[in-house]
Amino acid sequence: MATITTEGVRHVANLARLEFNEEETGHFTEQLARILDYIGKLNELETDDVPPTSHIHPHQVFIMGSQTGATHVAKPDVVKPSCPREEVLANAPEVEEGYFGVPRVVDRSH
Amino acid sequence: MSLCELTAHALHEKLKNREITSVELAESVYARIDAVEPHVKGYLTLTKELAFEQAGLADTGFQNGDAMPALAGIPIAVKDVICTKGVRTTCASKILETFVPPYNATVMTKLHEQGIVMLGKTNMDEFAMGSSTENSAYQITHNPWDLDTIPGGSSGGSAAVVSADTAICSLGSDTGGSIRQPAALCGVVGMKPTYGRVSRYGLVAFASSLDQIGPFAKDVTDCALVLNAICGSDALDATSVDVPVPDFTQCLINDVKGLKIGVPKEYFTSALDAEIADCIHTAIAVLESLGATIEEISLPHTEYAIATYYIIAPAEASANLARYDGVRYGYRHENPEDLIGMYKRTRSEGFGEEVKRRIMLGTFALSAGYQDAYYKKAQKARTLIKSDFDAAFEKVDVIATPTSPTPAFKIGERTADPLQMYLSDIMTTPASHAGLPGISVPCGFVESGLPVGLQLLGAPFAEEKVLQVAYTFEQNTEHHRQKPQIGTDGVVS
Repeated sequence: MATITTEGVRHVANLARLEFNEEETGHFTEQLARILDYIGKLNELETDDVPPTSHIHPHQVFIMGSQTGATHVAKPDVVKPSCPREEVLANAPEVEEGYFGVPRVVDRSH
Repeated sequence: MSLCELTAHALHEKLKNREITSVELAESVYARIDAVEPHVKGYLTLTKELAFEQAGLADTGFQNGDAMPALAGIPIAVKDVICTKGVRTTCASKILETFVPPYNATVMTKLHEQGIVMLGKTNMDEFAMGSSTENSAYQITHNPWDLDTIPGGSSGGSAAVVSADTAICSLGSDTGGSIRQPAALCGVVGMKPTYGRVSRYGLVAFASSLDQIGPFAKDVTDCALVLNAICGSDALDATSVDVPVPDFTQCLINDVKGLKIGVPKEYFTSALDAEIADCIHTAIAVLESLGATIEEISLPHTEYAIATYYIIAPAEASANLARYDGVRYGYRHENPEDLIGMYKRTRSEGFGEEVKRRIMLGTFALSAGYQDAYYKKAQKARTLIKSDFDAAFEKVDVIATPTSPTPAFKIGERTADPLQMYLSDIMTTPASHAGLPGISVPCGFVESGLPVGLQLLGAPFAEEKVLQVAYTFEQNTEHHRQKPQIGTDGVVS
C-alpha cells in the first residue's frame, strides 16, 4: 500500500471540498501517513478468493449494481405528504423566493 | 434514595400505583441536574419546559387509570445525533449549531408513543467520531466516577447522565463501540442491537453499514424495556430488517444452565489492562458457577478489526458528510467568493479536526487508484472477521470479552495521538463489522475505583440470549448497584 504525500493531501482535500493552510497540510500528511501505515497491516491477509462485504444482511438489501446477490426492497410507489416547504427552508442559511440561495454560478452578462 | 436514582421498571410500579407522579419524578431529575450537571457536563441542550409538559400528560393518563406503557412518564435523555422535531440537533458540531430538525427520528416517534419525558440532548464526539467525547465542539463531558477522566465515546454524554442519575435511561448510537465502550467506562448497561433491528431513520448518518441506535440503562431490565420500545422494521429505513420483535422482558431469566459461552483468546493480549483481565476472568467464573459451559474459542482475524474499521467507517462518512455544504442547513461561511469557495470555507470552518481527518482518510480510500488497495481490501477483511463469528456461533451461544482494554483514561491523555485513540475500540469494532448484538454490563472496578464492563455478544438477532446471560450475571452480582459519589462541589468522594 502506498503512503500519502503533501501533494496527495492537497489533492484529496480538494476532492473532499476542504482546504488547509501549509501547517495543517503538513500535520494531516504526517498523521494520515501514520494511520495508513497501521492500516497496511491488512496486506498480511490473503484475500484473493474472499468476497467483499458491503452489508451484513446482503439477502435483504438493495444495493445498486452490487455483486452480492442482494434483492430489492421496494415499497409501493405512492405519493405521500412530505415536510412543508417553509419548515425545510427554516434551516437554510439563505432563502430566495422559496428556494435555497447560493452564490451566483451563472454569469448574467452572457 | 431519590427518585432520580431508581430504575425505570421500579419507577413504573410507583407511577402505576400512584405513589409518585411523573412531575415529581421530573423535578427529582432536574434537581439532580442542577446539582451535578455543572461538573459532569453531559447535556448540550435541556428541554425542561417540554419535559414538564410531557410529565403532566403522563400523570393525566395514570390518574385516569389508563393502561400506560412501561416508559410512560420516564425521564429519558437522547444523544444529539438523533433528530428531535423542534429541538436543536447539533451532532456536537459547529456546522449544525443552529439545526432544528423538522421531523422526528423513528425512535423518537416510538418513544413519544410510549409517553416518555424527554430531558434533553446529550454531548458526544462530533458526528459520533471518537472514543472519549473530547471531540465535541462545545464541551468536555466528565466521567462521574472521576471527573478528571473521560466518559468514553462517542456517546459519552448519554453514558455519563445515566451514571450520574441525571437521566433514568438514554439513547446512544454505536458504530464501532460508541454505546458499549462508554457504558463500560461509566459503569452502566449499554446495548447495541443487531444491525437492522432499530430504524436509523432520523439518526444523522456516520457510517451507514455500521450505525445502530441503542439504550443506556441502570440495569438489564430497563435495557430490555427500551429495546421493546425502539426495535422493529420501518418503511423509512430500507436497511431495517423485517423480523419479529420479541418481548425482550420475557428472556430476563435468572439461569444460564446449558448455555455455552465462548471466550475468544485473541481478546486477552498484552494490550489488555491486567486489572481488567482479572475482572473479566472473575465474571466468567461467576457465569460458570451458575451453570454455563465456558469454552475457549478463537476469532483469528480480531487483530485486523481496527485497520478494517478505519477504512470502512471513514469511507462511508466521507460520502455521508458531503451533505454539509452550507446550502440547505447549518453553518455557512460568511462572504464566499464563489460556490466552490463557499463549500470549502464552510466545511473547513464548520468541521472539527477529527471529522476532517476521517473525511480525508475516507476520501483517500475511495479515490481513483486507491479504492481496490484500501476500500475493497477492507471489505474483504470484513468478510473474514464476520466469518470468524459465524463459525464461533456454530459452537457457542454467547461470546464474553472485555468491553474496553483500559478503564477511563485522563482527559487530554490521548488527544494528541489519533491512532492511540482509535485503538480504544479494539474490543468493540469486530462485532460491529459483523452487525452483532452486544451489551456491556458492569462487572467490577479497578483499584483506582473506575468501573469495568463485561461485553456479551450474540449471533445476529439473538438479543434474547445476550440479555439472558447479562440478566443472570446482574442478578448474581452487585456491581450495577454501585453509584459514583459526586459532591455538589464537584469532588468525587
